[in-house]
Amino acid sequence: MDAAHNDRPWNPYLCGALAGVLLIVSVWIAGKYFGASTTYVKSAGMIEKMIDSTRTGAMAYYAKEKPEIDWQWMFVVGIFAGSLATALVSRTFRWRGVPDSWRDRFGPSVSRRGLAAFFGGAVAMFGARLADGCPSGHGLSGSLQLAASGYVSLVCFFLGGLVVARILYGGK
Amino acid sequence: MTLLYGLLTGAVFGFLLNKSQVIRYDRQLGALRLKDMTIVKFMLTCIVVAMVGVYLLLDLGQVQLSLKPLILGGNVLGGLLFGLGWGLLGYCPGTAGAALGEGRFDSIFGMLGMLAGAALFAEAYPFLRDTVLTWGDYGKVTIHGLLGVNHWPVIAAVALGSFLLFRWFEKKGL
Repeated sequence: MDAAHNDRPWNPYLCGALAGVLLIVSVWIAGKYFGASTTYVKSAGMIEKMIDSTRTGAMAYYAKEKPEIDWQWMFVVGIFAGSLATALVSRTFRWRGVPDSWRDRFGPSVSRRGLAAFFGGAVAMFGARLADGCPSGHGLSGSLQLAASGYVSLVCFFLGGLVVARILYGGK
Repeated sequence: MTLLYGLLTGAVFGFLLNKSQVIRYDRQLGALRLKDMTIVKFMLTCIVVAMVGVYLLLDLGQVQLSLKPLILGGNVLGGLLFGLGWGLLGYCPGTAGAALGEGRFDSIFGMLGMLAGAALFAEAYPFLRDTVLTWGDYGKVTIHGLLGVNHWPVIAAVALGSFLLFRWFEKKGL
């Protein structure tokens, strides 16, 4: 099997259903629902603790979300490792810093794309923490539990995203 | 043991995210540009399957729910803000690492940005806790709780709605 063949996507319904089964097993065995954005808080806290542990120790948010490695932190690392292993085995791993549709619209500049990604990431994470969750925590875990907060957040995620996509790509 | 479960669960999830290609910028923006609904198909199928399984196990007394409170100030403003940043980044907190796993190194800038955003939020938290996060606080409410019905009719409705949406996507070739 060649790399081009391996680059064909698997059926999204099948993968989504398997991810659903994985979630059920995780909740059943480990009592853990998927989430990802808290990991960035804990990581930021761990970095800040190395710089100034007294100040970090006194901050209310880090008292709420302790800067330490937990299930979710390992889950996020696992996502990277699982995807890396998959890409290496199916020989689809390739270094690339500019996505195709971005390149078509904004050109091949890596720094331009990097700047947008950094700024977008900062805004997205600030929003995710304000909403108390991201597409994993609210979108998947919240919605599957029929939490009202999950559906409200998920709709707002897409609304915000639709607006920016419209501005960037002009409805094309 | 808990940490090991996290790593293993993440690895399998990373495999599925990779194979379905939902981690790619082009797929995520494809959904936001209403051209490629791959990520919506993945998410909704996952939600429906997990919903049925988790509520079945809940009825059998095997699992517990872990609900986040509905705080309109936080959920709506934070949700919209997340969406604005997401549209620019094209990766989300869970999938950015998986994108890097494929060699998409623009996600590194995104992850650094997300660390900065988290640190910034930690600074702003005392203020936000006393303002935005008190607006429209309804506590840990569920859809069926608000409607005053059993959870199964709501689960059936979400499943049916998803199925009809999927049929429409496939008819339109999205």
